[in-house]
Amino acid sequence: MSIDKQGVQKIAHLARLALTDEDVDQYQHSLSSVLALVEQMQSVNTDGVEPLSNPLEMTQRLREDKVTEENRRDAFLANAAQTEAGLFLVPKVID
Amino acid sequence: MFEQSISTLAQKLRDKDISSVELTRHFLARIAKLDTQLNSFITVDEKKALEQAVAADHLLKIGQATALTGIPIAHKDLFCTEGTLTTCGSKMLNNFIPPYESTVTHRIQQAGAVMLGKTNMDEFAMGSSNENSFYGAVKNPWNLDKVPGGSSGGSAAAVAAGLVMATTGTDTGGSIRQPASFCGITGLKPTYGRVSRFGMIAYASSLDQAGPMAKSAEDCAHLMQAMAGFDDKDSTSAEKPTDDYLENLNAPLTGLIIGLPKEYFGDGLDSNVANAIMTAIKEFEKLGATVKEISLPNLQLSIPSYYVIAPSEASSNLSRFDGVRFGHRCENPKDLLDMYMRTRAEGFGTEVQKRIMVGTYALSEGYYDAYYVKAQKIRRLIKNDFVKALEEVDVIMGPVAPTTAFDLGSKTNDPVAMYLEDIYTLSVNLAGIPAMSIPAGFIDGMPVGLQIMGNYFAEAKLLNVAHQYQQHTDWHLQTPSMAKGA
Repeated sequence: MSIDKQGVQKIAHLARLALTDEDVDQYQHSLSSVLALVEQMQSVNTDGVEPLSNPLEMTQRLREDKVTEENRRDAFLANAAQTEAGLFLVPKVID
Repeated sequence: MFEQSISTLAQKLRDKDISSVELTRHFLARIAKLDTQLNSFITVDEKKALEQAVAADHLLKIGQATALTGIPIAHKDLFCTEGTLTTCGSKMLNNFIPPYESTVTHRIQQAGAVMLGKTNMDEFAMGSSNENSFYGAVKNPWNLDKVPGGSSGGSAAAVAAGLVMATTGTDTGGSIRQPASFCGITGLKPTYGRVSRFGMIAYASSLDQAGPMAKSAEDCAHLMQAMAGFDDKDSTSAEKPTDDYLENLNAPLTGLIIGLPKEYFGDGLDSNVANAIMTAIKEFEKLGATVKEISLPNLQLSIPSYYVIAPSEASSNLSRFDGVRFGHRCENPKDLLDMYMRTRAEGFGTEVQKRIMVGTYALSEGYYDAYYVKAQKIRRLIKNDFVKALEEVDVIMGPVAPTTAFDLGSKTNDPVAMYLEDIYTLSVNLAGIPAMSIPAGFIDGMPVGLQIMGNYFAEAKLLNVAHQYQQHTDWHLQTPSMAKGA
């Protein structure tokens, strides 16, 4: 299985990665190599095999619905690139 | 000092032969002198280390010390440490000061250990050579032209060079065991869920597991004693009591049944590595173990299964790096989409971008069943192989890697050559069982690791088996020449 340039650009867009034309060439080659490597899975008969997502097959533990954390707004905002009035700032979304 | 065991140093600390502050200064001086050659640390936090050493000396004075109190250690730069830079080997997090502490580092700190700093690693734990770090490659202390392995390469190199008594690592597909093997130290990847993932920067959540790295199995047992156990803050933490990891270290190995999977000794394994492994197996036979040939028929499929599941989970986990709440943000974004796209392209290195895209592809519309679900079905086949084999044998042994440490730069151009290196380690993570790497010899001056795999939650058994071997061999006590005389 290989992937064309357009395919790389589509995946990069879904993954929110801005690629240069040079990057696209490079990733076309490396992604095709990885996809070729994983292609051997398709020859294995897995009829009737259930997918395994957790090696211990545990089910998700639920906690009681109550507040357990204290408010640490300032500590969490301290790592952000831009904040104002206790909020994270992002570029304008709506004109 | 670095050649002693944790138990010996703990006794010296209790006997007041040495203080934790003195010990901490000794190791900080070794880092200052030797790490310019290795690059095993991303951050050395002298101030925090000396504060913790003073606190440890107080605990020793009032008689409230554990075996780790006052012992200098370091953490892989993937564990969030409150107030200390945590980069995960990435430019994306080159300014990230966590506002909270991971459970692993918290527990080790509670036990009184002194953190000297944060160790270098492949970016976001993606790599088998430590060449993918934004902070530069780490060198192997046994030969500075060779890689230390990855992704916990800094943790392994720092222990091997005696810059620290022990370190933490994480293992998603071999990232504790392979660098332990390449650097001649002892490393343990516990059962999935045995050690909390809270505060670990996630790579592949259904595979990630933290564990100890140190010179000996006994030293690793001391770390496990502090690290392991249920944690309410990790929704996949195992609700099962821990064993006493030190209690049974001295149990005899008489009657131990060792399984040797034939697939671990086939084509692709360096014949010198095979010989070293078989010599180690003979040593176990002398200790009373018997050997049985077994089969893990789906071993080869662990590579494609892993390289679909891990990138898929990574593409999802790494979507949190968007330039909004923490980490790198590009200059002058023109809109939200532009900010996401340039922030991520600038912040992530090539291997990370590649794995994100592989995962995005595997999870995308029309491909999900053919890739992700198929890989999860194969994952069950691989798990079933181990479950069946471990009904017949107590532990499984084999090589950790097909070769000893390779040359820096020798595998960076081929996009899949590095992936094939992981053939003997990936299946353990897919199955979720525990496994160790212990030093078992040298080839042309480079260490060889023996892998010991066991049943779910059999960490105490693995440590016992490894410790007994280390009571009768001295491979784990060898020191690279660059570490001597400093």
